[in-house]
Amino acid sequence: MEKPLKLIIEALLFAADKPLSAREIHNAFPEFSPSDITAALNALRADYDQMKRSFTLHEVAQGYQIRTRSDYAPYVLKMLRSSPARLSRAAMETLAIVAYKQPIIRQEIERFRGVDVGGILRTLLEKDLIRIVGRKDLPGRPLVYGTTRKFLEVFNLKDLQSLPRLKEIEELESDEAQPPRQGSETAVQGEEEEPETPAPSGEEESSSVTD
Amino acid sequence: MDYEVKLEIFEGPLDLLLHLIHKNEVDIFDIPIATITRQYLEYIDMMRALNISVAGDFLMMASTLIHIKSKMLLPGPQDEEEEDPRLEITRPLLEYMQLKEKAQELSDREILGRDVFSRQPPPIQEQLDAEGPQLDVSLFQLMDAFKRIMDRTRSGAELTLQVERWSVKEKAQLIIERLKKQDTLFFHELFSDDRSVSELIVSFLALLDLVHSGLIKAFQSSEGHPIQIKASFHQDMANGEQHHGKAPETDH
Repeated sequence: MEKPLKLIIEALLFAADKPLSAREIHNAFPEFSPSDITAALNALRADYDQMKRSFTLHEVAQGYQIRTRSDYAPYVLKMLRSSPARLSRAAMETLAIVAYKQPIIRQEIERFRGVDVGGILRTLLEKDLIRIVGRKDLPGRPLVYGTTRKFLEVFNLKDLQSLPRLKEIEELESDEAQPPRQGSETAVQGEEEEPETPAPSGEEESSSVTD
Repeated sequence: MDYEVKLEIFEGPLDLLLHLIHKNEVDIFDIPIATITRQYLEYIDMMRALNISVAGDFLMMASTLIHIKSKMLLPGPQDEEEEDPRLEITRPLLEYMQLKEKAQELSDREILGRDVFSRQPPPIQEQLDAEGPQLDVSLFQLMDAFKRIMDRTRSGAELTLQVERWSVKEKAQLIIERLKKQDTLFFHELFSDDRSVSELIVSFLALLDLVHSGLIKAFQSSEGHPIQIKASFHQDMANGEQHHGKAPETDH
């Protein structure tokens, strides 16, 4: 009656309604070691890739989930009779600011964007892409925002560290041939101490700022 | 006579500055502050002439620009160490540009409900889909295009508003009717029947309102091409509840 671990895990992934982590699988089946589970997950993904299945195994929100490949999106959408999900540009910008600068208060978000973001924050909260993580010890005790697990799921991110890295403003200035005299202190923000933010540091892709 | 349109501005002062920098093809590290300030103020005047409520943020930025400009005119008594006064806007602009780029990168990812699907698709597609305006052409590009039409119609005319025969609501309805018959319209076609300056303005406000409420989409096939307008409502729900109270109040 023993079934191969790889296929057991496949069954679990198939039946799960959210990304499953190796730890969750291990907790349910302590007889399998975490390293065996991880190996089986990788083997499954390799199988799907090799067989050119229409789906593959994605690592999102610190778990694994079977998802269709993007080439098949038009077909799935047609069957679901929905147009693709999208967020307005303003909402995407606000979301990016929260993702990169969290924990962050509304006032700081507005400084980055230069416009009121009250309505957009409400929308993002409703969609469960951001959440209130606390209040800041400032006059008025402003709410502090951060992203949710759902944000990671929707944007196919393993964790916050996998966000492409954000450059320091000094780097942007020195990227240019003629820097306008280095302005030693850290731009306009800076006085913000960031407690538990996992400072996004991904691969060193140098997307220089143009246009 | 009092003609006020409550239209939330959906882009901010930084977007306007970036638009101007882009349009003038100038280096963000060496912004010609006099030119940019002048053009910036022209936009604000135009927005006011259109009775678009100019948010305080725009005025704040205007005063910052003027302040920088005056600083640059003054002979600096200080030594070389004196910081370029333009940094005051260069830095926020750089940060903003970078965040915009990151926002773009996020949108380009394989998004659940758009590009990839899990076995039990969470109900995100409707949720995300309902979201606000799609503006592939920025507000300022629309304003540029509108300005060209105004210039062509009545060169040098003042924007004087008179008692209005058209309401924004009616014009919006007209645009929708046209888009029901014809999939896309060129920007200038929207104004082809307009007789007076005020009628042009009402049409333009109707257009902005429709874009804002997400019923139509303004886009370009590529940079520099004429702006086109497309319906983004489903034919069957073009009337009625879709327009949930977003229509600006225009009393006359």
